Amino acid sequence: MKLNHVSRIPYHEVNMKPLIKKLVESYGPSGHEEQIREIIRSEIKGLADYVTIDPLGNLIAVYKKKAKSGKKVMLAAHMDEIGLIVSHIDSKGFASFVPVGGVRPLTCIGGRVRFANDVVGVIGVHERRDSNGVPTLDDLFIDTGAASPDTSPIKVGDAAGFFRPLEEIGDRLVAKSMDDRISCAVMIEVMRQLKRTPHEVQFVFTVQEEIGTRGATTSAFGLDPEVAFSIDVTATGDTPKGPRMEVALGNGAAIKVRDSGMISDPRLVTLLEQRASEAKVKSQREVLPGGSTDARAIQVVRAGVPSGCVSIPCRYVHSPSEMVDMRDVNAAVSLLVQTLEKPIDL
Amino acid sequence: MAKKNKTKAKKKTIRPIKVTPPTAAQADSLALLKQLSEAVAVSGDEGAVRKIIRDAVTNLADEVNVDAMGNLFAIKHAASPRAPRVLVTAHIDEIGFMIVGEGKDGLYSFEAVGGIDDRILLGKPLWVGADKINGVIGFKPIHLVKPNERSTVVKIDALKVDVGANRSVKAGDRATFATPFVDLGFTVRGKALDDRAGCAVLVEILRGKYPVELIAAFTVQEEVGLRGAKVAGYTAEPDAAIVIDCTPANDLPSQDDEVENSHYNTKLGHGPAIYSFDRGTVSDKRLIKHLASTAESKRISYQHRQPGGGGTDAGAIHLTRGGVPSVSVSVPGRYLHSPAALVSKDDFYNTAKLVRAALENWSPKVLKR
Repeated sequence: MKLNHVSRIPYHEVNMKPLIKKLVESYGPSGHEEQIREIIRSEIKGLADYVTIDPLGNLIAVYKKKAKSGKKVMLAAHMDEIGLIVSHIDSKGFASFVPVGGVRPLTCIGGRVRFANDVVGVIGVHERRDSNGVPTLDDLFIDTGAASPDTSPIKVGDAAGFFRPLEEIGDRLVAKSMDDRISCAVMIEVMRQLKRTPHEVQFVFTVQEEIGTRGATTSAFGLDPEVAFSIDVTATGDTPKGPRMEVALGNGAAIKVRDSGMISDPRLVTLLEQRASEAKVKSQREVLPGGSTDARAIQVVRAGVPSGCVSIPCRYVHSPSEMVDMRDVNAAVSLLVQTLEKPIDL
Repeated sequence: MAKKNKTKAKKKTIRPIKVTPPTAAQADSLALLKQLSEAVAVSGDEGAVRKIIRDAVTNLADEVNVDAMGNLFAIKHAASPRAPRVLVTAHIDEIGFMIVGEGKDGLYSFEAVGGIDDRILLGKPLWVGADKINGVIGFKPIHLVKPNERSTVVKIDALKVDVGANRSVKAGDRATFATPFVDLGFTVRGKALDDRAGCAVLVEILRGKYPVELIAAFTVQEEVGLRGAKVAGYTAEPDAAIVIDCTPANDLPSQDDEVENSHYNTKLGHGPAIYSFDRGTVSDKRLIKHLASTAESKRISYQHRQPGGGGTDAGAIHLTRGGVPSVSVSVPGRYLHSPAALVSKDDFYNTAKLVRAALENWSPKVLKR
């Protein structure tokens, strides 16, 4: 049963904020995506021809192919977020941990984390430590208020994500896990807005991207697409002494040319720019010096898949306060809808 | 019943450890472990161990075959054609050395195969080549070493193997630590217990009868990058995988009174260790639950391995094809990747017991979401 939109809502009037808030505030460190997967599954109910969960836990929703000239197109946005896993609880109840994905010590100190059972903890640091300057993750611990291992509400092996509510600052939204829940929101909105497409579109909400693009690797093998796009955040060059990048908040959906893991298929870069210009959607070219996305894994699955990426510019990536601009988010939705509604000829 | 407060200063009496005599099956398993430990099979040259295992499993499996990489498969068919396919693996290769070439002095330079700490090399006796020629890693005796030389670690490329002018050694020959296997009562001591302990456990598992299509794979080249497993996972196309390896027990007390040992990884004698999260794999939670609940209901001792680094063949297997839910269960071992590791006999027996029980009560419910 498909939802019945009477007409496509112009992009600047779409209100994605409640959906974004729900997704970014959800729990789901890599390998522990059950909660966020359930939330996304209920958000996409009724939109696709079929929905399935594959062996590693990827959530896959497929719009089956209509036209003979259509392609099998895979879109990937990852559901998992970076986090921490408890490795030991000492005699006084303080927990040591190991990182899940790229967690930097400086973004942790004084921050809060939340476990699957809703227990909240504070990250403290050894005041008397050996290292000069920047602490390492071994200098940090989680305090849940427990006095001993026996009374601890968490145990070894429990995983936590950062815990911080969403804030709105003008056109901008700030939250933990914009990487990559903002792209999950974009993908859900694309599913809602996509009325007619010649292609079989495989919307994949992947698992375990932050620890090595693992869900993308296996889901792409299973789906065997002909073209793939990942949707992920990218860094920006617009903060003081920031990275040397042209990408800036508010300058539109970022079309990835290359990152440290892959080189986008140039034909897809050209195609995306063409579709953006046809629909008067603001876009910018992205060259990312460090970091990568699910597309890098999909590109080399089986006999290879022409792959590209539509990125959401984001400041302060992998911190509890990742910042995106709604104009870029809306532009990404429109760009993807445009691209999927029209032929993809390579 | 409240536990006694362990921090009270008390005269410590040493509990005598009761060693129960082994059952016939356990004694056979231990004898196989001895044979496997003393055989030489450095990554890439696994023939000697593959032969021992092949002889041991020929009468236990319906099909036995060897693939292009040298992985040995032993398959026990299920009664039903729609039974779940479960891949269970152990790796047959060990870390060791490869002879690089002969020097003018008649000594041989060599390289490490797999991860070996440079600090444990000086003066160690080796077995070199298929004939297990005796040699030693030469070094300068303490009488002649200057004080400042003693504080630097000698790198492996500065070391040589001395085989006493035996001319049959050549470049490409493998070498391992020359360690005879010994039963110490509560534990055993030997080289290559990583992962001959896993291999012996897997052979023991093949003695059972199970409601699944059981594909036992004795994999090659784990220590140099999980290479055999990648191929074995692709070939087997299982519904689930259980990997049996050997993992460090770094469980001796910390030397610093203020600090507990919080990086023990696993503890010797506390049972087979179930992995949840290592560098290569997030274990499938349904399989962790199945193993843990099986252990609880059958009263088999077990522990959870600390999350952190390290990896097993599961790292390769779970990413094959469309993905394979996987979990690793390891025999804890002290001093792994060294001339002499220690493994607890109870942990060794219980690892087989646990995986056998988990396979015996396997059903489609195990993988239900």
